Amino acid sequence: MLKTITKAFATVAIASTSLFAISIPAKAAGGGEHKIEKQNWGFNGPFGTYNRPAMQRGYQVYKEVCSSCHALEHLSFRHLGDKGGPFYDAEFPNPNDNPVVKAFAKDWTVERIDQDSGDPMDDTGIPADKFPDIFPNAIAAAASNGGAVPPDLSIIIPARTGGADYIFALLTGYDSDESHDGVYHNAAFPGGAIKMAPPLFDDLIEYADGTKATSEQMARDVTEFLAWSGDPKMEVRKTVGFATFLFLFIFALLLFMTYKEVWKDVEH
Amino acid sequence: MSGHSTYEPKYAAERWLDKRLPIVRFGVDFMGFPSPRNLNYWYAFGGILTLCLMAQIITGIILAMHYTPDVDLAFDSVQRIRRDVPFGWLLQPMHAVGASMFFLAVYIHMFRGMFYGSYKNPRELLWIIGCLIYLVMMATGFLGYTLPWGQMSFWGATVITGFFGAIPVVGESLQQWLLGGYSIGNPTLQRFFSLHYLLPFIICALVGLHVWAVHHVGQNNPIGIEPKSKSDTLPFHPFYTMKDAFAIAVFLLIFALFVFYLPDALGHADNYQRANPMVTPPHIVPEWYFLPFYAILRAVPDKLMGIMLMFGAIAVLFVLPWLDTAKVRSMRFRPITRWFFIIFLVMGFILGWCGANSPDDIAIPIGEHGMSFKWVSRIATLYYFAYFFPILPIMGWIEKTKPLPDSITKAVLSGDA
Amino acid sequence: MSDTDKFDENGEPTRRDFIYIATAATAAVGAGAFAWPLVTQMSAAADTRAAGSIEIDLSKISEGQQLKVLWRGKPVFVRFRTQAEIDAADAVDVASLRDPQTDDDRFVPNTSGVIDKRLLVMVGVCTHFGCIPVGEQGKIDAQGKFGGWYCPCHGSHYDTSGRIRQGPAPLNLPIPEYTYISDTVIKVG
Repeated sequence: MLKTITKAFATVAIASTSLFAISIPAKAAGGGEHKIEKQNWGFNGPFGTYNRPAMQRGYQVYKEVCSSCHALEHLSFRHLGDKGGPFYDAEFPNPNDNPVVKAFAKDWTVERIDQDSGDPMDDTGIPADKFPDIFPNAIAAAASNGGAVPPDLSIIIPARTGGADYIFALLTGYDSDESHDGVYHNAAFPGGAIKMAPPLFDDLIEYADGTKATSEQMARDVTEFLAWSGDPKMEVRKTVGFATFLFLFIFALLLFMTYKEVWKDVEH
Repeated sequence: MSGHSTYEPKYAAERWLDKRLPIVRFGVDFMGFPSPRNLNYWYAFGGILTLCLMAQIITGIILAMHYTPDVDLAFDSVQRIRRDVPFGWLLQPMHAVGASMFFLAVYIHMFRGMFYGSYKNPRELLWIIGCLIYLVMMATGFLGYTLPWGQMSFWGATVITGFFGAIPVVGESLQQWLLGGYSIGNPTLQRFFSLHYLLPFIICALVGLHVWAVHHVGQNNPIGIEPKSKSDTLPFHPFYTMKDAFAIAVFLLIFALFVFYLPDALGHADNYQRANPMVTPPHIVPEWYFLPFYAILRAVPDKLMGIMLMFGAIAVLFVLPWLDTAKVRSMRFRPITRWFFIIFLVMGFILGWCGANSPDDIAIPIGEHGMSFKWVSRIATLYYFAYFFPILPIMGWIEKTKPLPDSITKAVLSGDA
Repeated sequence: MSDTDKFDENGEPTRRDFIYIATAATAAVGAGAFAWPLVTQMSAAADTRAAGSIEIDLSKISEGQQLKVLWRGKPVFVRFRTQAEIDAADAVDVASLRDPQTDDDRFVPNTSGVIDKRLLVMVGVCTHFGCIPVGEQGKIDAQGKFGGWYCPCHGSHYDTSGRIRQGPAPLNLPIPEYTYISDTVIKVG
């Protein structure tokens, strides 16, 4: 019996894992020469989860530092209060009612149409609103940033080879504040020359929770926030995944026993 | 569909129905189809593929309810599915990973057929229909990969549709007709979406023919000799339904591993960036299942030749039944050809590896320099075609095969099956 | 599978039966669990649900006017009723109505706990088959026989309280879920 199980698993499993053999070099190939150190993130691994206080600090870093140039295209304010989000409150299962989220939304200015005149007007945000665009279009973004368009940050982590490790390495990868014709050296950036000025300095912001805002701390926190933003359903996916695995394992075992019963009287 | 029916309606209602529409009889005979008793787990991939096709169609129809085929909205609509649509975070990766799983299963299914000689008389047409299914699958996979409208979607589509531009004389107008413009744009996305929705149903029709054919000629088996007596076969249900069901459950475990824990492992980071017609990603590669063909394409310096070789690599599969001249089906009894087949498999993997890397990078360091991926892929391409011609025809004539067992039952009882 | 296989000597189901039933039951559970996401994916997405509430500024309407605002893809009618209309609504014998409701039942108290019967808020969708009733003030022929609203699709007449009085519609025009968030602003949904 054991032999047959092993055989079946081997047949399907070995063949499947050969996928990795091809997919891994494909991923690594995009890298180039820059060095990216692996970080021990809490969200790594099959049971990893996001660190809520770190995400909350990370949101503050985004709001006070990154948001002057970078948008969060795929996020709405309400997402901050979603289950698994940085400001989730079990008392407010509907994030639109969450007072923290409402207050954050109010911090932002969004564009609306005046219902009387039809003219565009500025208004404070409500949880249902999307995070506003920072620049009206890509040309304007490039023009105000020395020709480089600051990328959207909401899915920056899945959109970069190396993911969270890369973003953290980039934020901490500057070796000086000196620029050469508006270009800075950054060991993590492919090619080493980046147009973004070093964004983080020690004590640049004052954390609401009293954590000391070293530049490394801020880089770590904002990466945590962006990791959530890029894959907000990761925690539920892993939980459901575990249950699915458990179920499939039991089901496979039962099917194997059924199969053995059916074949009991047949020599094969 | 062959042999006589074993169905005997018991009740009046059953007899009434059977006289007017013998659908129950069809189902009973279909499931009771006599199958060789020595099929191993490699034969479960037919069932696994049926499941893959159904899963892709179901998740695909659902995604189409939420997806918007418009260059300005497509990328955002996929993100919306993953963030806001109930269970979208599950269904979208299921469809994307499902495509990879489908190809994985189809490759195993094809290699199984090649190893056991399942394409040989009288199963040539069965094999050709299978090749057609594979071809339509490739088209469907390619069209589907365009839909999320990320950087890889856009540039992959640009490169592949560029093949048609290489055709002499009519190439350029053909390409424009295909794209609905001078380059990939909104008309392209909309027709790709429409065709991506259509082709799976064509696959379904072809699968119907494929299954019909296999029921007509009977399944091949690991020792490649036809069943001779009743003791050589077992009814498909419950014997193989249960064996297949177990294999499917194991396959689903691997499927689930990717969907829940590695949803992006088979994709590319670049496809999380919105398509940008002004910037090509530094390293564009197709999905893993096209990599071997991509390597063949790049092995040749000439554009048209490269494309012809690449399509030739698929076309040659269609004539395989006539290139293999051996009388014996299964590689189990072909001691030398078996090794040529294993090398063929390895070369397939090497081509995939070459396809994933830049052609001018060094694959095998020798001394100061070494051999570039381009040259490795040239050698592998050469072997790929050499396997079909002249290796298979020549081996068919000269190889001394091992003696075949008298019957499936004898082989089973002596432990050789 | 002969009959002797199915039961042991005591007539109890065998191990074989147990395995078959357990497998089939597990398969049924799995199919059900898998069907759930396939079905629920069609329900309203998070962004749709988030946009499900609106605020309406009532101070913009003056007596005799009607405001039409889009809410969840349907119009919400806010009518500033005249005293004559309020009196007409109050004078109706509730017992005689198809969908009995007093005029007061169709209001929500404002921030000071008082019902302001001048401002009637309704979902402007006919309860027959979902057309939009007409009922602009000043156009007598558009208000139906009872001075309220009239659905031109199949001829349903609503009174000045939006209650069904004549025609095929089964129910009164529905009152949406709303609250006063200030003296002049209501939040619908």
